[in-house]
Amino acid sequence: MTKTRHSGGTTPQAPRKGAGPNERGGALVSLTRKAGNGAPAGVGEIRHLGLVAALVLLCAAGLITEPENFATSGNAVGVLVLAATIGVISVGQTFVIIGGGIDLSVGSVMALASVWATTVATQSYGPAVMAMCAILVGTGSGVVTGLLISYGRMVPFIATLAMLVAARGLAQRMSDRRTQLIRPENDAIEALSTTKLLGLPLLVYIFAAVAVAGWLLLNRTTFGRRTFAVGGNREAARLAGIDVRRHTLLLYALSGFCCGIAAIIIMALTTTGSSTHGDLYELDAIAAVIIGGTLLTGGRGTITGSILGVLIFTLITNLFILNGLQTSDQLIAKGVIIVIAVLLQRRGLRSPA
Amino acid sequence: MGSSAPEPLLVMRGIVKQFPGVRALDGVDLDVRPGEVHCLLGQNGAGKSTLIKVLAGAHQPDAGEIVFAGAPVRLAGPTAAMRAGIATIYQELDLVDGLSVAENIFLGHEKATFGFTRRGDAERSARELLGRLGHAEIPPRREVGRLPAAGKQVVSMARALSHDARLIVMDEPSAALAHDEVDNLFRIIRELTGAGVAVVYISHRLEEIRQIGDRVTVLKDGRAVAAGLPARTTSTGEIVSLMTGRDVEYVFPERSEEPRGDRPEILRVESLTLPGSFEDVSFTVRAGEIVGLAGLVGSGRSEILETVYGARRPARGRVLVDGRPVRPGDTGAAVRRGMGMAPEERKSQALLPAGTVAANISVAGLSRYASFGWLSRRRELADVRRQIEALDIRPPDPGRPVVTLSGGNQQKVVLARWLLGTAELRLLILDEPTRGVDVGARAELYALIRGLAGRGIGVLLVSSEVPEVLGLADRVLVVREGRVVHTGAARDLDEAAVLNMIMEGSAL
Repeated sequence: MTKTRHSGGTTPQAPRKGAGPNERGGALVSLTRKAGNGAPAGVGEIRHLGLVAALVLLCAAGLITEPENFATSGNAVGVLVLAATIGVISVGQTFVIIGGGIDLSVGSVMALASVWATTVATQSYGPAVMAMCAILVGTGSGVVTGLLISYGRMVPFIATLAMLVAARGLAQRMSDRRTQLIRPENDAIEALSTTKLLGLPLLVYIFAAVAVAGWLLLNRTTFGRRTFAVGGNREAARLAGIDVRRHTLLLYALSGFCCGIAAIIIMALTTTGSSTHGDLYELDAIAAVIIGGTLLTGGRGTITGSILGVLIFTLITNLFILNGLQTSDQLIAKGVIIVIAVLLQRRGLRSPA
Repeated sequence: MGSSAPEPLLVMRGIVKQFPGVRALDGVDLDVRPGEVHCLLGQNGAGKSTLIKVLAGAHQPDAGEIVFAGAPVRLAGPTAAMRAGIATIYQELDLVDGLSVAENIFLGHEKATFGFTRRGDAERSARELLGRLGHAEIPPRREVGRLPAAGKQVVSMARALSHDARLIVMDEPSAALAHDEVDNLFRIIRELTGAGVAVVYISHRLEEIRQIGDRVTVLKDGRAVAAGLPARTTSTGEIVSLMTGRDVEYVFPERSEEPRGDRPEILRVESLTLPGSFEDVSFTVRAGEIVGLAGLVGSGRSEILETVYGARRPARGRVLVDGRPVRPGDTGAAVRRGMGMAPEERKSQALLPAGTVAANISVAGLSRYASFGWLSRRRELADVRRQIEALDIRPPDPGRPVVTLSGGNQQKVVLARWLLGTAELRLLILDEPTRGVDVGARAELYALIRGLAGRGIGVLLVSSEVPEVLGLADRVLVVREGRVVHTGAARDLDEAAVLNMIMEGSAL
């Protein structure tokens, strides 16, 4: 089931006119709420409401079309498991996009991390080292793209596109294009998907932990606040004394770190490391972030929205599979959802305070 | 031009343009005769740019009438102005660098059949237009981005001619040109006027106006204070006095006249040089002292501030705070050493447009509220509220989106950013602190700046408005073409003297 790929090549459109006064990123919204004083209700909350409504609608559709299969705990768990890999990647992607960049290399970097962690040499050190290896490879790739972008002054699109191609190639070369099985003595990795705690596989907890940590980092730390500043107005951030280049580097390193964690999850799910893992995941991750209300131009966005975006996408996949519909229809549906989401958000931005 | 005073080509009567908080044009009259070079003079903010934007169709006047070639016209947009025969050449040339010379000349009115461009045709016409301007050597196929500034200007003029313009507005056309290129520009202008085209010429260089101009209209505070003066014979003194002596009263707080020589030196700038912008600039700012830089746009004044603050890296020279050098080209280092800056372009350089008032105030001082990166939002908000109250930012709501505030309150937000930890702020750098701020809020800002100096903070200030520099600063540096040409106490200077120094061209 994990082999289902959930998106095609639909490139999301960035909302162009995003400078609406009554719309803020998560950190600033929460500061607003605390401030009170009759501040206009943030569109951020309304938008999340819309995403939740979309989720509810999808669930209703599931209940109606497949009443006996959809509403099972097994299916619910399946959706969460399916969402975990892209979900973790999307958290990193959200940071990069709010910071005014984009990371196209996430799928490839995840594949590279999974291959590196499952080589004979790495496997001989045991599961803990394998996991460490995946995270190090992911973070390392992120540092490389981050250096190219921040200190090498390359355009993020191009630097991460180069990494997308190169990481995939390196993964193929390391694995000789063969799927590398995790050896039985290292089945602790697989245990992340088979061992359950309160009915949920451990990897769902990893997903949840990454999401919560991401939310806290974005909304409760100086790092998060500076991410909004760097993405919202790079020059203003620089003139406020923020080290914009170092911050940019850290954002891509963070995205790579998330890819490393995603590699551990995909290894647990498939018991393999492969250069074919994560193909086109970058598009799913970007689409989820955009649906979640993060501006592709930077400066605004929320982790919650991205997670909801991932869940919506996963639920669509789930519904189409349950109903035995074509993958092609599923892709069309996702494309339409992206367009509708962005159109609705743009309307939200334009409405007066 | 003839002495028979021919029928005017353009008559503007009682043009009014109101912007939020500012009446940019307050009933301007202007008449331009065919074949003359009509110069527009006025200080920054006098309404020159607004007036030419009305002529270009970019702004719609709120009142008044425009008569062009004997018939009333409504310039509903740039295309309408073009079609009427009015072309505008802006200071920042609006050419597309990636297109060829010919493509730029016919941009928007391409020579085409069923959407297919007739390139040969366009190139032939372009060559002819360029020839008329005395620049047949510019190849029509050359990419515009590869032309020098003077070449681009010729292309802009060719574009104006391609519309059969009868009136060409030139906004500081000589600003980007070298000396011999200016001569060529004048030759072109004379050829145009010889063919009956009228030119509205805007320049700060009085010397040029003497050379090329026929008549002069002086704008001040949105009104024409003198119209149709002879350009060659009116004395410089008369022009300067027309440009100054404004109606708007500047309300400056009383100066505390205490000797400041014994105060410790906060900032010392030693022979700072940024090639192409400024050379060998040295000065000091003492605790509690306000030092003002007066100079034209492009004189290097803003670049000096930005280099002191570390936003640009100087080629030579040093910046010292409290006697110790600051790492050059590093705004973070500048902030750590106690500098703060309110940059010239509030919107693009200072504000986080998506952020709230609170987020905009605390952005530069976040580490103050953080332990190991973890923010204490309670302490942050408490400090933000304190500053909102201290600076009287209205509405006093930290959660409000910053873009909904007025210009004056936005500027207070930028100032508040540096006052969160007053103990740490040593030097405040202000570039055009009252741009886009209405008169009432200006007085508040002046009082605020003076108050900060009273607390021992050094202030380094740039303003295009000479009265502002004179009224606020204790000491004034006059900057012209990248050099400090005068340093002196503000009370020893008056507006006319400073204007004379900053506008003095090579021949005046």
